[in-house]
Amino acid sequence: MNQLVVENVTKRYANHTALDNVSLSVPDQSIYGLLGPNGAGKTTLIRIINQIIDANEGTILVNGEKLSPHHIALIGYLPEERGLYKKLKVGEQLIYLARLRGLSKSDALVRIKHWIEKFEIKDWWDKKIEDLSKGMAQKIQFISTVLHEPKLIILDEPFSGFDPVNANLIRDEILELREKGSTIIFSTHRMETVEELCDHIALINKSKKILEGAKKEVKAKYRTNTFIVEHKGDFSLEGEHYKHISHRNLDDGYLETQIRIKSSRNANQLIQDLVGATEIHGFKEKIPSMNEIFIQLVNGGSDE
Amino acid sequence: MNKIFLIIQREFLNRVQKKSFLIATILLPLIFPTIIAIMVYAAKEQEEGANSEVIHFVDESGLFNPEDIKRFELKRFNGNIEDAKTAFSNSDDFGLLHIPKINLSHPSGVTLYTKINPSPNDINDLESKIESQIKEAKMIKFNIDQRILDSLKTDISIRSINLSKSGQEKSSDSKVLFGIGMIGGILIYIFIFVYGAQIMQGVIEEKTSKVVEVIVSSVRPFQLMLGKILGLASVGLLQFLIWIVLITSVSSIVLGYFGFDMPQQEMMDQMATQPGYNSDFMDVMQTVNEMPVFFIVSSFIFYFLGGYLLYGALFAAVGSAVDSPAEAQQFIFPITIPMLISYFALFTFILDNPHSTISIWLSIIPFTSPIAMMGRIGFGVPPIQLVASIVCLIGGFVFTTWVASRIYRIGILMHGSKVSYKVLVKWFMMKS
Repeated sequence: MNQLVVENVTKRYANHTALDNVSLSVPDQSIYGLLGPNGAGKTTLIRIINQIIDANEGTILVNGEKLSPHHIALIGYLPEERGLYKKLKVGEQLIYLARLRGLSKSDALVRIKHWIEKFEIKDWWDKKIEDLSKGMAQKIQFISTVLHEPKLIILDEPFSGFDPVNANLIRDEILELREKGSTIIFSTHRMETVEELCDHIALINKSKKILEGAKKEVKAKYRTNTFIVEHKGDFSLEGEHYKHISHRNLDDGYLETQIRIKSSRNANQLIQDLVGATEIHGFKEKIPSMNEIFIQLVNGGSDE
Repeated sequence: MNKIFLIIQREFLNRVQKKSFLIATILLPLIFPTIIAIMVYAAKEQEEGANSEVIHFVDESGLFNPEDIKRFELKRFNGNIEDAKTAFSNSDDFGLLHIPKINLSHPSGVTLYTKINPSPNDINDLESKIESQIKEAKMIKFNIDQRILDSLKTDISIRSINLSKSGQEKSSDSKVLFGIGMIGGILIYIFIFVYGAQIMQGVIEEKTSKVVEVIVSSVRPFQLMLGKILGLASVGLLQFLIWIVLITSVSSIVLGYFGFDMPQQEMMDQMATQPGYNSDFMDVMQTVNEMPVFFIVSSFIFYFLGGYLLYGALFAAVGSAVDSPAEAQQFIFPITIPMLISYFALFTFILDNPHSTISIWLSIIPFTSPIAMMGRIGFGVPPIQLVASIVCLIGGFVFTTWVASRIYRIGILMHGSKVSYKVLVKWFMMKS
């Protein structure tokens, strides 16, 4: 079952098309990375899902239903540009934001209490946001995003502005929320986050979706049949079957060579050929990182 | 609907809980009367306590009677004008008045020499003094008896009564109506500006602190805008209510205090020397008593709210389009023009001539009607005009709110873009 389905969504502005026929399927309880360079249309898509702006064409389904105002209570949204009422006290602010999301005042109070105990920030209750540090304000905003226990949580660059300790804290909370049944959409440039947390990804470039799928499958798809060999002594297998991609000296006197298989040979056959040619100390397949896939696709797209 | 109420509540509490609200609400109605009282008191003290200045006079006509007027002591200078000028320039005195030999039927050539420019009041005092003395000289010349002269003095104040079709008589004092129109108009003018600026400021704050993106993911931009406008309107009404209560209670205390404290004898003297006093006062009281207070107060509230909603929406739209109050100036200016027009019209002709065609039109056009109609309301407005004005104002604020909301929904999410009128039109036309 998909928590969120985006079907053929197009959004046009006067001078440009921000989203061009984009379709996505976000599975239940997934952590879904929405990737793309700046200006690709991610924020536009997120705003459409949050009903801040309307799409020109296409439909959006939440929980299998057509997106409508009552879904606001099901969605939690942390915008990239963080912001709270500066003059409002932490407690009042959280209650207000929760009530706007459809929570009753008493429910809001109970849940806020739970969160401020969890984050050990009880004594912030009567402080104004303008008296808090940026990191502290971010924590409050994170709480306000998840306070109404949304089924679908949309986080735009969730880790920016957090120090490593708090970033870990937030990461653990995200994983816990997923365990409890929420679906999380990440919009980010930080590929290490994607590698670590996401199980599904979509890549949007120049208003179009150019890639979508489970992270594992995407990575498998972009395997280049390249292997990293650590060895002692020079050798060459260049020819009909193999191509040397790179070659470098390692610190401890070993050498590292990357070899790509050009023909239909497999890894075992490569090892057999290597055994005759050099002394092998290490052998593994080179799996492309999300970063490499991202750069390859985005740059490739710009040539067309 | 529920969410609009939440926003109204939040905006209301935000403002009312601030110290500045408390100070403005409680101190303002006390500060103004206090300042006026202090100024009146100081002026009176000065008038009474000031050393009267000396004006020397050279009277070649022989008509002028050296009687002191107000703050001036008049001293006759015996000698010709040239000597007087020399003597005057060496003295510290205020002025030198030269009355040449004058032709009674065409008196001219009276001159006042001074070292600093005399105020118009001083000149008026001197002029009326000389005028009255010349008048007396003329009377004597024409052999008119002093007793006849005295009995010629009359003091008339016209009491105007509106005769309605049913034959009821209603007395009206145009000065009271003038005052009501003026105060009502000024209050609405100030309220719209002060609260309009607050709406704009609030919108800019939400926009620059970026909190608006979170809010509009929970409510429609229109709900946020309307909630803010209505929230501030309720603050304004509350403030207005507190002021009415404060002013009535303070002024009744003050009046009671003075009324009680004023020595009976003095009061009697005052009435005796001012024959018109009693009936004037009675007229004012009668007009106030007979005035449809409920009608005037409810019209004030309607035009206050209507004008506020009409302009408030525009202020909200301006706030949404800009990133700082400084940037807002260029858009504020055209909004204020109709306000300024109606404000000046109020003083230049609406109050003097409330039934003229232009006054009628200004009180019907929704952008000027809140102030213009307040100027006319006390003088009696034909029902058809009142209805037209009310309908136009309601239509007017529905229209501006609609226009403003179309700009607002786009503007609040736009950052750092240079905004011109062309851009605003583009936003307005944009499909949501």
